[in-house]
Amino acid sequence: MGNWVVNEGLSILVILVWLGINIFLFVYYYIVYLDERFYYTRVLVGDALSWARAPAACLNFNCMLILLPVCRNLLSFLRGSCQCCSRNITRQLDRNITFHKLVAYMIAFHTAIHIIAHLFNFERFMDAQLEQNETIAYVLSQIGNGDNRLYLNPIRTNETNPTFVAFTTIAGLSGVASTLALILIITSSMEVIRRSYFEVFWFTHHLFVIFFIGLVIHGVGEIVRGQTASSVLTNKPSNCAAQYKDWGKVPDCPIPQFTGNPPMTWKWVIGPMVLYVFERLVRFWRSKQKVVITKVVTHPSKTLELQMKKKGFKMEVGQYVNLQCPSVSQLEWHPFTLTSAPEEDHFSVHIRIVGDWTQQLFEACGGEKKEFQEAWKLPKMAVDGPFGTASEDVFRYEVVMLVGAGIGVTPFASVLKSVWYRYFNNDTGLIPKKIYFYWLCRETNAFEWFADLLQSLETQMLEKGNADFLSYRIYLTGWDEAQAAHFTVHHEEENDPITGLKQKTLYGRPNWENEFKTIAGNHPGARIGVFLCGPEVLAKSLSKQSINHSDADPRGVHFIFNKENF
Amino acid sequence: MGQIEWAMWANEQALAAGLILLTGGVVGVAGQFKDWQFAAYGVAAGVFICLLEYPRGKRKKGTSIERTGQRYLTVCVKAFGPLTRNYYVRAGLHAVLSVPGGFMLPTVLGCVCVAIASLIYLLAAIRGEQWEPIMPRVESKERPGQSMKEPPSNPPPRPPAELRRKRQEDAAYVNPIPISVNSV
Repeated sequence: MGNWVVNEGLSILVILVWLGINIFLFVYYYIVYLDERFYYTRVLVGDALSWARAPAACLNFNCMLILLPVCRNLLSFLRGSCQCCSRNITRQLDRNITFHKLVAYMIAFHTAIHIIAHLFNFERFMDAQLEQNETIAYVLSQIGNGDNRLYLNPIRTNETNPTFVAFTTIAGLSGVASTLALILIITSSMEVIRRSYFEVFWFTHHLFVIFFIGLVIHGVGEIVRGQTASSVLTNKPSNCAAQYKDWGKVPDCPIPQFTGNPPMTWKWVIGPMVLYVFERLVRFWRSKQKVVITKVVTHPSKTLELQMKKKGFKMEVGQYVNLQCPSVSQLEWHPFTLTSAPEEDHFSVHIRIVGDWTQQLFEACGGEKKEFQEAWKLPKMAVDGPFGTASEDVFRYEVVMLVGAGIGVTPFASVLKSVWYRYFNNDTGLIPKKIYFYWLCRETNAFEWFADLLQSLETQMLEKGNADFLSYRIYLTGWDEAQAAHFTVHHEEENDPITGLKQKTLYGRPNWENEFKTIAGNHPGARIGVFLCGPEVLAKSLSKQSINHSDADPRGVHFIFNKENF
Repeated sequence: MGQIEWAMWANEQALAAGLILLTGGVVGVAGQFKDWQFAAYGVAAGVFICLLEYPRGKRKKGTSIERTGQRYLTVCVKAFGPLTRNYYVRAGLHAVLSVPGGFMLPTVLGCVCVAIASLIYLLAAIRGEQWEPIMPRVESKERPGQSMKEPPSNPPPRPPAELRRKRQEDAAYVNPIPISVNSV
């Protein structure tokens, strides 16, 4: 019987609260514009007024929220200071990008409703201005012809058209600019573009600056008009609406006076905007600190290892940094997981060469050259971070399952190294009592740099007489005839022919059902952390297994699933 | 930025623009706005652009991911040969299609978005990109054991007979005749 509450409960609660606030704001502001103050406005445009203002309120709320999940340094700080908080709360901070996307979709949705409603508003205002006969719409539109401050209809002449008005008012222009920025941001953020052409996504995303500027000045023109409070007292719409032909001539019904609402959006977004500016300043300042490359190692299967030093650099296991190499590109920052342990005197990253930037970095670091490189020839680097991700939590569980697919093993390299150092130093504070490590790999070349680490750990455990502390399995998910022949010949040997480790390499994919069942059986009643760094498909599978094998009973075994993402 | 295929982004932008033009057109027609004829045009043009842009082209490098159910449209789009393959033609087509949208407010946004898509396609064309259809893959020979639900947990190939010897402790039963390397 699965226990999804343990894994998903808090996230679902957060989403429900957020949706609830959206619905509340929508309904509340819809009703605000049904008030008497807007009676005459609604005579001209009908319900389109409420339909435009309600999503506007939701847009204020969501635009306030959208900047917060991408303040990496702020979130890292919260995570760090939340060590005393429950693990569950800090896990929510891992899902910041998912939340950012959800809020973005909501912004797009409300923008659509807002624009469609305003299309009707513009059309109806125009119709009112074009009225020939003396209808109430005509009379209302004529108000304010002398002095422009008390008008109702923002379209002041009948010799224009809605398109022209849209592009000559502050509200119209800023609206169009913001919407265009939003559309370009969204189309360049599609998964296909993001995963393949990161630079297009990253640079276009900076159009959000235009979006926010447009948003803040959008209401400056104050074109949404309602009756002034004093005017409602003298010209009550319920009494005077029918007598529109006699306004001003009858003492009961003077000509109504209108005013606009002052812009409100800046009050919602100013806080997060300040926080975000601060965030970028922190990133900039951190990046200016001097970073020295102390060692460059080229590994097979196109992997580059960089060992670096920076004054005052402190890290936790499994964190990542953003790297910039000004000689390669002035503007690009790319995230990489740290593969070194906090106990070491340097920090390192393993970079796979997959695109433009990584290729140029490889060449700049002399990857092509065979001979020794002088230290001063190596390029200057800038480092932002480190930023916390799920792996920090590894040491908070008694039993952990670590699953790394291909290059996704890198955060766990950091974890295992840290474990090795703590063992070496006889650290009694080491909480995990048992580590299950799974490495899924397609090709044998990728083993090389990691196999050494596993070998040291293996020896270490044997010496301490605690060979059971770390149980690891390596799965070769792609194999061919030649390799199979090699395996069969060496099948009986003590050490694995590929890795040289005592633990044999296994083939195909792991049977997760069995693995979870066995581990659950070995550790009844324990809280088991499941950590994955790998593809989405595997994440879904492991997440499902975690839920299925967790006991409904709170005293039973619980698998808590944590996924890395970038 | 050497490896970017601009056409991929142009395609996303054009598809979005088609939808926006279509929505604007629907609003203009349903709301019976003045100059609703331009809105009706917006509906038609929007639908056409969506159909044209829905099938994703094949990437020069890397895996191409199809949109759901795009296979049928791929066949249609492919049938126009150079008209749909060449991105200069597409850029020009989108530029022309966008113009009537600028005459009424509901379709103005669609007009600008299609124009932007046209510009990105122009950039793609200058860089020499082309639209290639994603054809269905020829099913490769099934790997042994693919039909099994569970992955094998033992090494797939067995050692050759001469190296295969039963270990005493593993045997489920004890052979009356001891097995040696030369026994058959």
